[in-house]
Amino acid sequence: MCGIAGLISHQREKETGERIKKAMVLQNDRGNGLGAGYAAYGIYPVYRDHYAFQVMAETSFALNAVSELLHNNFWVAHTEEIAVWDKVITDHPLFMRYFVQPKIREKESNPDDFVMEKVMHINTSIDGAFVCSSGKNMGVFKGVGTPKDIYEFFRLDEYHGYCWIGHNRFPTNTPGWWGGAHPFNLLGFSIVHNGEISSYGINKRYLEANGYICTLLTDTEVVAYLLDLLIRRHGLSIMDAVTVLAPPYWSTAKRYSDPKQRDKMIGMKVIYEPAMLNGPFAILAGFDGGLFSITDNTKLRPMTVGTTSEYTYFASEVSALYEMEQDFTQVVTPRAGQPVIVKYHTNAKGD
Amino acid sequence: MSISKLGLQSTFRPTFDLELCDGCGQCASECTFNEIKMVPHGDSQIPVANRRSCGACHRCEIMCPRGAIKIIEDPFVTRPHGIWTPHHINRTHLQASTGSVALTGFGAETNVPVWWDRMLFNACQVTNPSIDPQREPMETITYLGRKPVSFREVDDPSALVNRLIPVNIPVLFAPMSYGSINLNLQKAMARVAKKLGLLWYTGEGGLHKDLYPFTDWAILQVASGRFGVSPDYLKMGRAYQIKIGQGAKPGIGGHLPGEKVLEGISETRMIPLHSDAISPAPQHDIYSIEDLRLLIYAIKEASGYKPVCVKIAAVHNVAAIASGIVSAGADMVYLDGFRGGTGAAPNIVRDNVGIPIEIALAVVDQRLREEGIRSQASIVAAGGIRNSADIMKAIALGADAVAVGTAVLIACGCHGCQRCSSGKCPWGLTTNDPELSGRLDVDWAEDRITNLIKAWHHEIQEIMGLNGIYDIGSFRGNRLLLRGVDLDEKELSLLGIKYAGE
Repeated sequence: MCGIAGLISHQREKETGERIKKAMVLQNDRGNGLGAGYAAYGIYPVYRDHYAFQVMAETSFALNAVSELLHNNFWVAHTEEIAVWDKVITDHPLFMRYFVQPKIREKESNPDDFVMEKVMHINTSIDGAFVCSSGKNMGVFKGVGTPKDIYEFFRLDEYHGYCWIGHNRFPTNTPGWWGGAHPFNLLGFSIVHNGEISSYGINKRYLEANGYICTLLTDTEVVAYLLDLLIRRHGLSIMDAVTVLAPPYWSTAKRYSDPKQRDKMIGMKVIYEPAMLNGPFAILAGFDGGLFSITDNTKLRPMTVGTTSEYTYFASEVSALYEMEQDFTQVVTPRAGQPVIVKYHTNAKGD
Repeated sequence: MSISKLGLQSTFRPTFDLELCDGCGQCASECTFNEIKMVPHGDSQIPVANRRSCGACHRCEIMCPRGAIKIIEDPFVTRPHGIWTPHHINRTHLQASTGSVALTGFGAETNVPVWWDRMLFNACQVTNPSIDPQREPMETITYLGRKPVSFREVDDPSALVNRLIPVNIPVLFAPMSYGSINLNLQKAMARVAKKLGLLWYTGEGGLHKDLYPFTDWAILQVASGRFGVSPDYLKMGRAYQIKIGQGAKPGIGGHLPGEKVLEGISETRMIPLHSDAISPAPQHDIYSIEDLRLLIYAIKEASGYKPVCVKIAAVHNVAAIASGIVSAGADMVYLDGFRGGTGAAPNIVRDNVGIPIEIALAVVDQRLREEGIRSQASIVAAGGIRNSADIMKAIALGADAVAVGTAVLIACGCHGCQRCSSGKCPWGLTTNDPELSGRLDVDWAEDRITNLIKAWHHEIQEIMGLNGIYDIGSFRGNRLLLRGVDLDEKELSLLGIKYAGE
């Protein structure tokens, strides 16, 4: 059991994390204090074109190693300690933020691929260091503690973003540790997840064959990497990627009356069989263009959605929706396997 | 007994309850090995065993209308010895008598470990719910063949879907040629494949004309003897299989003696009546991987680019060989482990050559993934698959599908007497003797095989459901669903699984 909440302003109106915190605190009992985290989009307008590496390190030695690696491979525009209030949590790793651009010639390599490769490299080869997030104009803040502790520890009332997601963890299969808290991020994708991914064994092997390395001891990690593979590297639309992760049953796909639609669905199911997610899950995923949720085909984990003309809200529990907004135009519970995709308005503000 | 009978001792015999026996003589007519003879007894007659040729096929026992027969063990006792067991002493006597290679059928009987039995499944408890297959969909549909790496490479999804071969359950009927088995059994398998949406392999004996209506579910074989291969044959099948090797006898060919080449077989194999049908050990146009590539593409050209499968025996270097086969253009790789069955093979080869399918499958799947070519070919695992647990363990190790042969024979009456090569199969399976093959009723065999597959299908769905997985695709290659017991570090690493408790 875990708790999830998210909100997105269609017009990219910014706000602090106050409302997402309230939704998460209400769902406090969905976790056990062993992990909570937030992701915020639109928080670094000054460096919006730079990759924001938010790095967690257990020792200053590890942090130095990361620093050196980043300086060797990137133009580092700005470095700063991630401000924390350590009265809330005294025993914590070190946090550092780097705004960087890859030192590559454009034709040589895709900058996103370069960043992904360096993230994998840091996570696997620098002992005690992990990249919490590596996207542009966004950041992930996570650790061991309750949603309230983590919110206060990272001083999230000082950040202003137009899309926020939160997570509250009740770890069951893997240890509760700072790197294992949600959200999981790669480039623009940030994932929070309630549930357990029974297909993890094959998802992990599939990703490893595609150059990803699963290091964080948690099944949710694969979702971030799968989205990166499907959307960024294979060029699938968000809708197709979501369909690949939680596809319709064969019995449904084969009943499609339009043969083109049917064959496209069968083709995607066949090609991406090892990417399909199985097991109980409700997932909320932030990306550069918006926010979406998916649930498993049997709907073994909860997800509710509330909308107004300006905002869309997601939460595990309906009551949490009302912590963020009182006056909804509608509150719906998506059907099993039904995705909800929200994109920013085309005329929304630039950052 | 006489000295000429050295080595021919049977270790089983039928016993007769003479109080139940009414002397009808059915047992004597059922036994194809002359173990039972009727002798006069008072006004009537009674059966007597000659105690020399019983192979425990249980035909007499099961067919006795009075239930008066029981097959018992009748050990041939030698002084206990750890090395020279009765089996080896008998074998030595036999070969000293005959001077010939000892032939056998069925699959290997050595005590090499069965790794299937050392792997256990996971199950859901608390944190993830199991799914009840009685209430929720539990799907086993599998598409076989070459798949693109990315959907971006697909211009026409319909063309892709038409090129692939769907099966409703990833269980196929292993290649058993017309000749090694009879037409009745092939008909039964073909009917079940069509009815349940599976596939059956013809084996190397060609395709009898009675089976033409079942070619949409058939993978037709091209083996070293090229029996039955014609331009029409190369157009009819759903897919084709090039047979390089067989798990029961890697590296050697086959020989169907002329006396067994009867009319139907002669016609189907396209060879003269009563001529020996010899399958050379290698395909004489394939001495290298480049040659294999030529044949793969020759068959693709001739068949209008239908999928081509290459069957190999699991041998030491199987991962590298499989990788070469995929690079050479095969759409499926069929791995036959050393426990695979045979109609006839030298005993010494059957029990001593090749490696088990569990290990072979695990290393091939891993190797193809590491090389980024796993999606280019489906893996079919065969050779010693006994039940639905073995099937699902193979799927979890990475097989796209499994093939079963011996289990089909057993479903149709076989009790494993291992005398398939004799041509006297009492159950009418591995014989083409017109009278004996008549013992196998096609409708009955179809029902038996259908039942077996349906029973397995239910069990497969249970195993998926108790792991909370509703689509077999998420089971495939998902080695975290398995844990090992009684395995050492090396075995665990080859199988790519963790130890129980980890």
